[in-house]
Amino acid sequence: MTDAPSAAYDEERARIRARRLHLFERYALLLVWALLILGFSLALPNSFLRWGNFSILFASYAPAALLALAIIIPLTSGDYDLSVGAVMTLSSCMIAVLNAWMGLPILLCLLLSVLAGVAVGLFHAFFIVYVRIPSLVVTLGSTSLISGIVQWFTNSSTIGGIDNALIMSVVGGRLFGVPYAFYYAFAAVVVLWYIFDFTPLGRRLLFVGRGREVARLNGIAVEKVRVGALVASSVVASCAGILYAGVLGSADPYSGLNYLLPAFAAAFLGSTTIMPGRFNPWGAMVAVYFLGTGITGLTMLGIPLWVTNVFNGGALILAVAISQFTRGREAPDIG
Amino acid sequence: MQSLVQTPAPSRAGASPKGGAPTLSLTGISKTFRATRALDDVSLEVRPGEVHGLLGTNGSGKSTLIKILAGYHAPDPGGRLLFNGEEVSLPLAASDFRRLGMSFVHQNLGLLPSLTVLENLRLKQIAVEPHLRINWRAEKAAAQAVLDRYGLDIEQWRRVDELDAVNRALLAIVRAFEEIRETCEVTGKPGLLLLDEPTPFLPEEGVKRLFVLMREIADSGSSVMFISHDIDEVMEITDRATILRDGRVSGSVETKSATHGEMIELIIGRSLAALSDTGPELRSFAPGARFEGLAGPGLPPCDIEVGEGEIVGLTGLIGSGYDRVPYLAFGATPAEAGSLTLGDTRHPLHGMTPARAINEGLALLPGDRDAKSGVPTLSIADNMLLPDISDWFRGLRLRNGAMRKEARRLGEVYEVRPNDPDRPLASLSGGNAQKVLIARWMKRKPKLLMLDEPTQGVDVGTRARIFDALKAEAAEGMSVLCASSDAEQLAHICDRVLVFARGRVVRELRGPEVTKDHITQACYASLETQDRSQK
Repeated sequence: MTDAPSAAYDEERARIRARRLHLFERYALLLVWALLILGFSLALPNSFLRWGNFSILFASYAPAALLALAIIIPLTSGDYDLSVGAVMTLSSCMIAVLNAWMGLPILLCLLLSVLAGVAVGLFHAFFIVYVRIPSLVVTLGSTSLISGIVQWFTNSSTIGGIDNALIMSVVGGRLFGVPYAFYYAFAAVVVLWYIFDFTPLGRRLLFVGRGREVARLNGIAVEKVRVGALVASSVVASCAGILYAGVLGSADPYSGLNYLLPAFAAAFLGSTTIMPGRFNPWGAMVAVYFLGTGITGLTMLGIPLWVTNVFNGGALILAVAISQFTRGREAPDIG
Repeated sequence: MQSLVQTPAPSRAGASPKGGAPTLSLTGISKTFRATRALDDVSLEVRPGEVHGLLGTNGSGKSTLIKILAGYHAPDPGGRLLFNGEEVSLPLAASDFRRLGMSFVHQNLGLLPSLTVLENLRLKQIAVEPHLRINWRAEKAAAQAVLDRYGLDIEQWRRVDELDAVNRALLAIVRAFEEIRETCEVTGKPGLLLLDEPTPFLPEEGVKRLFVLMREIADSGSSVMFISHDIDEVMEITDRATILRDGRVSGSVETKSATHGEMIELIIGRSLAALSDTGPELRSFAPGARFEGLAGPGLPPCDIEVGEGEIVGLTGLIGSGYDRVPYLAFGATPAEAGSLTLGDTRHPLHGMTPARAINEGLALLPGDRDAKSGVPTLSIADNMLLPDISDWFRGLRLRNGAMRKEARRLGEVYEVRPNDPDRPLASLSGGNAQKVLIARWMKRKPKLLMLDEPTQGVDVGTRARIFDALKAEAAEGMSVLCASSDAEQLAHICDRVLVFARGRVVRELRGPEVTKDHITQACYASLETQDRSQK
């Protein structure tokens, strides 16, 4: 007779334990981030834990945060976009060339760079969705293609003299001590969160990514969704380029590519937190700043430049491995 | 097709005179899955140099027996297997097959389509055996020798996916038999080639070529076990046949002296004359959905009508095309021609898409649950409400809470256990997952619901629940098309059953005729009657 209540009790306890574990999983990355900050603060007691530091960190990693968002859109619908770093560079260099060299008004330059993003996205979509080439191949190819074109039209040089209005609206002011740049990325996270979690489109993206045939047989226009995700990815990457131009006040055809790896690492690391098992915007943002903190701290410790590469690459592989474990080591959705 | 084997293996007269020790002898093989006994004391014998047929319906234990022979299942203790008189311990291990000279060709043939004929034929020598470099010249010569030996006119450098279905099947069989031959040359004893349903997708001419090859193999002294649904084919090619029913051997016959009728009797366990008419009462229905000239790959044009509130079953033997109808009708695979009339409106089926089909009030529950029906890693609520996700977007946001509530309500109605909408679909048993997916479509009140093997991998209790749900919705006016190879299931739910053979409806069972035995009998009789009508 006492069996039934105690079984129910055990079950209840197991449920509570599972819920706690889930809660821990959701916020583990935030905890690790705090530990990282604590560690660097102890190692660099006089310099690390300063608001100025973090303020710069928030601004300078805003473009990377946008890149991570650009990556998770097609990842959710089952395609890779490796070209976001190149598209960011394309966009910032287009702004510099059109504005500083050719003297076009800055707003027109921004519009054109976003349109360039649309064009790149459609280019990808044509080969990935209609010609059915694996997204990895197409976007790897277009990375090199776009980088080459950018080097051509910039003469491989760094271009300064971008309209001050852009620089002012990106890093010219602060809100609660944080440069504007951060809030643009923050706004993008909120928008993407809304789309992912609170619109039918978000569910469709998810179903297309996890089960293309299921999505199709349930009446979802799979190809349109994939095209849309690829175009959105390139457009967001273009916007990252706008922020990047604003943060630097100039544009060069090389440095933007360095953001690809941390952004990818953040996309996967982000999928282990906040909403574990799903690529999610909040997770991606947290992961970007987590990685940014790591790199900033390492740099301040005076660790040589090569460590940054090791850190980024190691973080990517580790992030994917962890995300694989949180999903019970099932096969990844993206092939 | 003259002689395929130019040099009959010398073993015929020497090593394996007919009547010697049987190549394969099984005694007392049983297999129990939890509470069900899939095989009960099965014994059979395959003699050297004979083509032996294995027949039985779905659920007769045929596939369980094959899986035991393939080493996939371990039989219950007590059974014995003798190969050429030598006791082999069960379950069979992978290493036994080569040593004994046993080889399988399954229905999917096991070829690598993107590799060449040469690479497929010499796969083992090229990829498995250790060596530093591949001697392509030697491999080529060896492959050519094999092709020549069986008179196969196939170019070595062709990719297997460029071959037609017949040559692919021949290639797979030759490859399997080559393996056996190697062993036989060493042991001097006959081998055994098991062919599991190699014919259903082959044209008649191709089947003839396959039979010539099988006969040549048997003439070389080895034995062939031919597993098939097709009584006519079994009667044509085999020397003897064993028939399984409900997990037991219902008969073992000399094929030459048996008649088609006797075979059917052994398969379904009753004489044709004794078939009882205990199906549902004959009812008439108002017109519901009508397909005219529905045609697509593997399905010549056919007309199908389903009344309002009527449940119509589609069945036939494997390869007969009945299972393509729902997918073509739904636009899941593009139909080549045909139209669908629902009520007063006629929709052309060419260019039909699932999205349009859903809009017109059609619903499809595919057979492959994980790949086509639901996404295992996503939640029950998301899977359940997928087709009408837009309806939950109110006041500029998706009402996640309301969706969860609705999913829980539907879960209650369809008895999903556990009824927790947030769980991933993968956490449910097969039966409960199927309830979720049925609920998805039922809640939309489709005009025509189409199902493909709705109760595959579903427990008995859930089956009953699904049947009840279908009947209840049909009573409200929903038309149902159910494609299934399970005669018992069809007898349970259908008002009418259409039996397919070679892509055509060859028999229509209505009312009292809709019984398990009638359906099975019609499936097996179908080819014969059709052949007669063609002649």
